[in-house]
Formats: sequence, structure tokens, C-alpha cells
Amino acid sequence: MAYIQLPEGLPGIRGAMAFRPETARPLNDLVEVLLHAPNSLTPGERELIATYVSSENDCYYCQTIHGMIAAACLDGDESLVHKVKSDFLHADISDKMKALLVVAGKVQKGGKNVTSEDVARAREQGATDIEIHDTVLIAAAFCMFNRYVDGLGTTQPRDEEMYRQRGKWIARDGYAAVSKEYLPAATA
Amino acid sequence: MPHIALPEGLPGISSGFAYRPETAKPMRELAHVLLHGPNSLTPAERELIATFVSNRNDCFFCQTSHGAAATAHLGGDSTLVNDVKKDFERASVSPKMKGLLAIAGNVQKGGKNVTAEDIAHARTLGATDVEIHDTVLIAAAFCMYNRYVDGLATWQPEDPEMYAAMGQHLATHGYLTPSIKP
Repeated sequence: MAYIQLPEGLPGIRGAMAFRPETARPLNDLVEVLLHAPNSLTPGERELIATYVSSENDCYYCQTIHGMIAAACLDGDESLVHKVKSDFLHADISDKMKALLVVAGKVQKGGKNVTSEDVARAREQGATDIEIHDTVLIAAAFCMFNRYVDGLGTTQPRDEEMYRQRGKWIARDGYAAVSKEYLPAATA
Repeated sequence: MPHIALPEGLPGISSGFAYRPETAKPMRELAHVLLHGPNSLTPAERELIATFVSNRNDCFFCQTSHGAAATAHLGGDSTLVNDVKKDFERASVSPKMKGLLAIAGNVQKGGKNVTAEDIAHARTLGATDVEIHDTVLIAAAFCMYNRYVDGLATWQPEDPEMYAAMGQHLATHGYLTPSIKP
């Protein structure tokens, strides 16, 4: 049971968002821009960064749902998602992605851990400034989302199939569209 | 020097916001709802939570600008802000605020550090569910803002006058528009 009276039947962040639609809207808008909107990093790559940071933060709900969204973007390759979480340096991803994941891992520990060498390395592997910016912000944002989900003690069902199905849905339609399922219609 | 080519002359998060307006918009809106929108916690109380978490994350720009906003809400006296950062248990804030700051401090370490006892304690001291929710989200959000500001190695000047003016602007107008002009 969550620490506060969240609406029932909505696991993880969904219950918290339904509880407080005023904050849910900018939270959904942010994740929509970072993970779903057009970008030179593919949605699969950005979801892998979100999944990796959520795994480092030990947030079951976030790493599982974003892992399933990543897999849905990557032809269903759940084993790649697991490999990125456990040992990304040996995963079958680009060298640029490995360098960006190093940056994301440093952000997860604290912003000051990112060094100019980390950034130079990412740039050598072809990362652009905006890709470095977005990697830092995705990692930072998941340090928020993970703390929000775990800090309220939300319910996080151990039901992989539920996450797999939602993952396909979110990969296809995005966060803003899917959030309409549990948020009241916008009044603005 | 910042890690990427951010617009020059803009301190801290302002440079990240100017660089990427698409992400700036929801980040500004979130801060506005959490810190400036209508709430049973006063704006000063919410700015104190933001300042406290930013201090624990050792982010100079965020703790100074939000400390200045809290000071502006409190009539210009920065004593309470400094006391809360140093040792909130002994600061002149309400017992409810102490219960909420204990929760915020645990969120800063990681979401799983918040215990049912922390929540029950805050509730005993009068905190409502919305206040507990907002405290958790303010603390979580500043774990994002702080990492964004330091993770890009943004320019963070030390000029106290600049932060005082920024704090005054934030306390008056909130977060939807820039508090610093380029």
C-alpha cells in the first residue's frame, strides 16, 4: 500500500499522477519531449538510458516499464535491455551510446561526477551537444521519477506481461496520449 | 566552462533553459506548480524544502537562488534559510515542517529511504496527504534540477546581488518566465 491515499488500481507513477494532475501534466510533457519526440537519438536509445538509470536507482516499476518500452522500440529484444542494465560496455549498442551511458551513470551519482573527459569521449564517438544535453537531462529526470515512485511507496506489481503490453502501447502512442487514460481531461 | 556550448551570460539553469526551450517549458511549469501555485504549504516553506535538498546535493546555483527566493518570501531575512540548511531540527520552523524536511532528506538519498514511520510522524505533526506528496515531489524534482545544472557544468557566478534580485523575481512572479535577462 502506498504511503498516501492514491487512487486504486493504478500502479507506480500512474497512481501518483492521477492523485495530482497539476504536477502530472508537466511531468508527462517532459518525458514526452525527452523520450518520444523527434530526436537524433532513437526512441529505443533514449528508453535504454532511462531504463539504465532507473536500474541504477533500483526502481522496479520504472526500469521494468521503460525496459519494455525500449524493447518494443527494438523489435522486442528484451535480452539487449537486460544486457544494458547489467553490463552496457559489452552490450550490442553503438560506441556513442556506451559513452552516453557513462555520462548518464555519472549524473545518476550526482551532477558533479560528470567530467570533461566523459564529455570529450562521447563527442569523439560522434555525440552532438544536444545529444549530450538530452542524456544529462534524461538521467537527471529519472533521478526524479524514480524517487517520486519509490518515495511514495507506490504499488509495483511483479507482472511482466502487464509491463510488456503497456510498453508496446506507450512505444506506439507516446506518454501524453497514454496519460489521458488516467488523467482528467485538460481544462486549459 | 560548461560541457556543451550553452548561451553565454546566463547563469545556472537559465542557460540550459535557453539552450533547449522544448524541455524548459515543462520544467518551468513543474517548478511553478510545486513552488508558486496555490498550496496549504506557504511558498516560503516550499522554497525551504527546495533549498534544503539543493544544499544536500551540493548545487551552489540552486541552493543560492532558491535560498534567495525563500528569503524574499520571508521579508528579506536569510537567517532561517541558513539555519534550515545547517540543522533544520533546531531551526525556527514548525514541527510539521521538520517532519516534512526529514522526508525530503530521505528522498534526496533515494526514494526507498523514505519509511512508513517518516510518513506517520509527519502526519502526526499535521501534514496532509497532498503536503506529503508535494514534499516528496519537490525533493525528487530538485534531485533532477541539481543534476541538470551541475551535470552540464553551467556557469554559476558568486555575486550575491544577482541571486537576491533573482530571488525577488521568483518570489513575485514564479517560474514561468525567465528571472534573468540575457
